[in-house]
Amino acid sequence: MSQTDIEIVVDDPTAPEDDSPAVASTSTVEIIACLLLLVLAAILGYDNWRTGASWDSTGPEPGYFPFYLSLVLGGASFYGLIAALLGRRETSETFVTRAQARRVMAVFVPTLLFCLVTQFLGLYVASFFLIAGFMRAIGKIALWKSLLTALVFTAAMFVTFDIAFDVIMPKGPLEAAFGY
Amino acid sequence: MEAFGLLLHGFAVLLTWKTLVLMMVGLVLGIFVGVLPGLGGPNGVAILLPLTFTMDPTSAIVMLSCIYWGALFGGAITSILFNIPGEAWSVATTFDGYPMAQQGRAAEALTAAFTSSFIGSLVAVLLITFLAPMISSFALKFGPPEFFAVYLLTFCSFVGLGREAKHKTVISMSLGLLLAGIGMDTVSGQLRMTFGSAELLRGINFLVAVIGLFGISEILLTMEERLALRGHAASISLRVVLSVWKDLPKYWVTLLRSSFIGCWLGITPGGAIAASFMGYNLAKRFAKDSESFGKGRIEGVFAPETAAHASGTSALLPMLALGIPGSGTAAILLGGLMVWGLNPGPLLFVEHKDFVWGLIASMYLGNVVGLVLVLTTVPIFASILRVPFAAVAPMIVVSCAIGAYAIQNAMFDIWLMLGFGVVGYVFKKIGIPLAPFTLALVLGNRAEDAFRLSMIGASGDLKVFWSNGLVGSITTLAIVLLFWPVIDGVLGRLGWTQRTRTTPR
Repeated sequence: MSQTDIEIVVDDPTAPEDDSPAVASTSTVEIIACLLLLVLAAILGYDNWRTGASWDSTGPEPGYFPFYLSLVLGGASFYGLIAALLGRRETSETFVTRAQARRVMAVFVPTLLFCLVTQFLGLYVASFFLIAGFMRAIGKIALWKSLLTALVFTAAMFVTFDIAFDVIMPKGPLEAAFGY
Repeated sequence: MEAFGLLLHGFAVLLTWKTLVLMMVGLVLGIFVGVLPGLGGPNGVAILLPLTFTMDPTSAIVMLSCIYWGALFGGAITSILFNIPGEAWSVATTFDGYPMAQQGRAAEALTAAFTSSFIGSLVAVLLITFLAPMISSFALKFGPPEFFAVYLLTFCSFVGLGREAKHKTVISMSLGLLLAGIGMDTVSGQLRMTFGSAELLRGINFLVAVIGLFGISEILLTMEERLALRGHAASISLRVVLSVWKDLPKYWVTLLRSSFIGCWLGITPGGAIAASFMGYNLAKRFAKDSESFGKGRIEGVFAPETAAHASGTSALLPMLALGIPGSGTAAILLGGLMVWGLNPGPLLFVEHKDFVWGLIASMYLGNVVGLVLVLTTVPIFASILRVPFAAVAPMIVVSCAIGAYAIQNAMFDIWLMLGFGVVGYVFKKIGIPLAPFTLALVLGNRAEDAFRLSMIGASGDLKVFWSNGLVGSITTLAIVLLFWPVIDGVLGRLGWTQRTRTTPR
């Protein structure tokens, strides 16, 4: 195969290093997840038992079905916990490396901020900041390209949802200033 | 013949300019999400669902189903040209598709993939056309115990036939069922598991969960990996298309076998992933020179693509006829039906004939149009991959947030979506399957209502689930499927069965 056959090449300058150290193993995360699920099962089970998990004159009480499901969830999580604890002795796979975790956080944190900003400034302004900021900071894309893309995409979303399809999105002071 | 007449009526409903334009828009959007890394059929349908909220149900479902067909076609482009399976069911396509592209036969591989997708879907749509009305008229005789037994059968088959660790499927399913119960109890009106939160009074909308679980988590997972691509550009000429089509009759056994496997695993919740691997493995097993598989053999593309698409399409059969989705995407489409006030299940065929037959007609037309579209636009869609992921990722996040908010106009749902995104990311990485969770979240309330009505009718006697031959058979089958791995193991030890596996090469 000659190199000229390859016509689409996209590089990733921020790619995670292959030799990055592990932050957590899969079995550790499994143990934590099973513990959290066990706690959730206990809380939901208690609430359903409190609501009523037996029979009265009209039939099964509201908590009957979910109470037994809580028991199933708790049982399966407990089994998973034991299985993960026993499996720990064997070589466990890496859940995430430090470089991968950094990249995941590079998406997660802006998304979290986006949700926060949406609450106060509305969805469109938050979208503009998220897209422009992400393209510039993470993708190292030229500022004018980032701003223009964010503006065009946000405007397209506004026209599509709020105007064309009448699906009303959360808005903030900027939209209010324009009478929306 | 009645089905044929109704299908013609469906085409009459469908053939309006408005619906045809929506069909094209859906297909283009679908191919777009299929090609983009970090998206796929279920995600695309879930994210783009809000676009359809103000449409009439027929137009909406036509557009959504076309997004689905488009995504199925689009997935093959990245698998063959870039060796990147957009979906798990496209993995088997890469085995021979990518080597074909490396040998300079990318156009041939893509034509084979698109054509076999079309054939698989066509067989499944034919099955839906003729079987769905029969099943739904039969299901009209169902009472609460029969419906609960069918739900139980669905849940149990997920546990028994799924490829994941059984306790992980149980965790996923029970969590989904529990979360479905949050909010006001439909029978007594009492609040459950709300812990005094006004936001939880509405319950957890499964679409919000799905957008987070599939959309946000997929972005996190994609970002984690190296996003460098190196692949082949391809354009398909009419000469290559005709040459592949001319050879199709040679592979009729492979195509038929894979269609059958796909339809079977689509109707039962085996899923497209199992179907594609099984299709591939059986094609390899029955081939005279099985060693040539994996080195660029066209049957290695035909077999998994036909099976996966037959499976993906036939998963809509139980959704339409019984209200029980056979796959994650079918579950999302079912959620869409509920948003538009339609009640999926046997009554749908009686009360909304225009809708059902319009949808079935759109499956035929959508596949034909989709096939022509992908064959003519491959270079354009493949070049989408040149768009940097740093631009695509935040746009997908925004689209997800719009989707989550639009369902109930609640800011809380955007936060919930983010939470489910994290859960989806962790679950995927530790091997807890998401499809049973989605299914349980969709069917949870219906299953609980059916169970409670059955139990009230029988004064709490569980024998109601064996009270007649029909419900008894379904319940027994459900239990057999639940314990199938144990039964299969015992039978295997006795030498009565040869255990089949559908693992990759």
